Amino acid sequence: MQEKNGMNTSASIHDKAIVRFSRDLVLTVLVVVSFTTLIIVLSGAPPLAAYYHIFKGSLGSWVKLGHVIRVWIPLTLCTCGLLYTFRIGLWNIGVEGQVIMGAIFATYVLRFGMDGRMATFFLIAAFVAGVAGGALWALIAGYLKTKGGVNEIFAGLGLNFVAQGIILWLIFGPWKRAGIASMSGTELLPRELWLSYVSTMRLSPLGLSLALCAIIVTAVMLRYTKIGLCLKALGSNPNAAHIFDLNTRLYMLLAMVFAGGFAGLAGSIQVTGVYHRLIPAISSNYGYLALLVAMLSNYNVWIGPVVAFFFACLNVGSIQLPMMLQLDSSLSGVIQGALVLAALAVHAWRIRARRIAEETWN
Amino acid sequence: MTGFDLTILLGGVVAGAAPILLATLGETITEKAGIINLSLDGTIMLSAMTAFVVAFNTESLVAGFVSAAIVGALVAAVVGIFSIYLEQSQVAVGFVLTLMARDLAYFLGNPYTRLPGPSVGPQPIPLLKDIPFLGDVFFNHSFPVYLSLLLIGLIWWYMYRTPQGLRLRSVGENPGACFARGINPRSLQMVYVLCGGFFVGLAGATFSLCTKPGWGRPQGAEGTGWIALALVIFGGWHPIRAAIGAYLFAFLQVMGIYFQEWFPSVPAQVFQVAPFPLMIFTLIFINFAQKESVIKRAEGRGWLQVILRLFSGAMPTSLGKPHKTGQ
Repeated sequence: MQEKNGMNTSASIHDKAIVRFSRDLVLTVLVVVSFTTLIIVLSGAPPLAAYYHIFKGSLGSWVKLGHVIRVWIPLTLCTCGLLYTFRIGLWNIGVEGQVIMGAIFATYVLRFGMDGRMATFFLIAAFVAGVAGGALWALIAGYLKTKGGVNEIFAGLGLNFVAQGIILWLIFGPWKRAGIASMSGTELLPRELWLSYVSTMRLSPLGLSLALCAIIVTAVMLRYTKIGLCLKALGSNPNAAHIFDLNTRLYMLLAMVFAGGFAGLAGSIQVTGVYHRLIPAISSNYGYLALLVAMLSNYNVWIGPVVAFFFACLNVGSIQLPMMLQLDSSLSGVIQGALVLAALAVHAWRIRARRIAEETWN
Repeated sequence: MTGFDLTILLGGVVAGAAPILLATLGETITEKAGIINLSLDGTIMLSAMTAFVVAFNTESLVAGFVSAAIVGALVAAVVGIFSIYLEQSQVAVGFVLTLMARDLAYFLGNPYTRLPGPSVGPQPIPLLKDIPFLGDVFFNHSFPVYLSLLLIGLIWWYMYRTPQGLRLRSVGENPGACFARGINPRSLQMVYVLCGGFFVGLAGATFSLCTKPGWGRPQGAEGTGWIALALVIFGGWHPIRAAIGAYLFAFLQVMGIYFQEWFPSVPAQVFQVAPFPLMIFTLIFINFAQKESVIKRAEGRGWLQVILRLFSGAMPTSLGKPHKTGQ
């Protein structure tokens, strides 16, 4: 009998948590929808039409869905990487530059294979180089943090702009197309160096499976390995390093390498699977967006990809807005930002309410 | 090749530095009070858009500047409320707002893209403008430029020579001690967050109504907020040194035009990122200059001590750690 009682209470606690979660979710969405509607009305456009075009532009057809997944892949990879750095309490804002460096390193290797021979070898080498490039760029930020005492936000941000400078210099300088240097990017890669894709959705199965692998690897690493445990311990308790005799600097660098590696992989996929060349906007702000995804998913490895999918839908769907309603496509960014802010507010308000309740009980 | 005229060059630096200077001074105030407002880049864009749209519709430049300043303060208020009262991460909120405010600016400003609109013309100051050399460098500009020049001294005086300024600095150093002295650290910090946001808003208005008149995507002000954030550190959280940094940066920007003529093969964007590696080196140096072993070694070597002092910017001790209830 007693056992049954115990199970009952634990089940009811679980139910309560679900009720609370869904209440928070509804509240957050309600706040965001009213805010966004207000903004659209302010701009003089019909809100319902705007929502409809975003929906139709992202999930309206297989081609559109393929586009959404093409955005989802780098976003998910970056989010997975960021989970390592967030675990140890680092704000790896440099993820944007790490994507760019990954793309640059991958392109560097691919340029040797422009004649299309030994394509598989060059593709593999490009991915390895891309991962190394991203990891290297993250490692610089990590060293600046651990050895140079430079806050990782400013180090990362500075390196983002440096990476942006390097990519522009390459595209307009040494890697420019014969005769033409333009924002349209470098020479198109030969067909052999494109990731093979399903033609109806223009979606590369390899990219998709790499992203899925990243989710599983990250989940296992963070949950079941010593590295994951140590990252969490060091991130949530500053005394952990002392108590467990851990080298904080080493783990910080390790987390940065993981984050940079995943970002570099995203960059390589952008080059080989999406644009088939190096363009100035190769990172498409996915690094910055991934920071929002990680925050909104409350740093959860399973919720992250779901949020990333929703964000990808918003990004792709809002491309329709300029064509259909003469609105700027940046509406997606407004919605994404509002979502994170509203979630933070609801979360803070919940903690506050709980604390007040505890104080009155005591 | 255009002639190299020092007067024009320095005049250009003083004018070009105005918006960066306003943003840097605003952020210096905010960070001196212990709060990081990371949303600068977005705030500048949103206030620039507001200034242009309001000035365009009301045909009043004053209304443009005022509304931009209010928008700047409003964004800062969000940072303040989330970080001071809701005890959320300042960095997180600031970062989200950076992206969101910029996108909001693009979205709402879309119908006003590339429209010819009002802009602030030069208003040379009588008498002073006739001083040879100095007159052309300092006194032949528009109103926002004079404002930025004036604010450097004013903010320094307020911070270091008034009792209110002492409270401002103390709340950034130790909000707990402020609390014990009967000052409410939260409301004080909130006031200076709003104040800083106000100046950042003015910086945005200076862009769209003066330095780079008009609105568009891209407007040309992108990235300035991040530079201003870096300059606050470069300036060691001191308004005058931050101002020197802003002028140095504007000098680099103006020189970029000459560099482009001298090295036509290097794209302009490369020169635009030059301040960022400089920022990183400065940050390393600041950390280096605070190490005890280094300070000890410098003893007795005059020139070394001078260099160290140059880089000894002390961060407000409680920067990013607001006063918590029950502490």
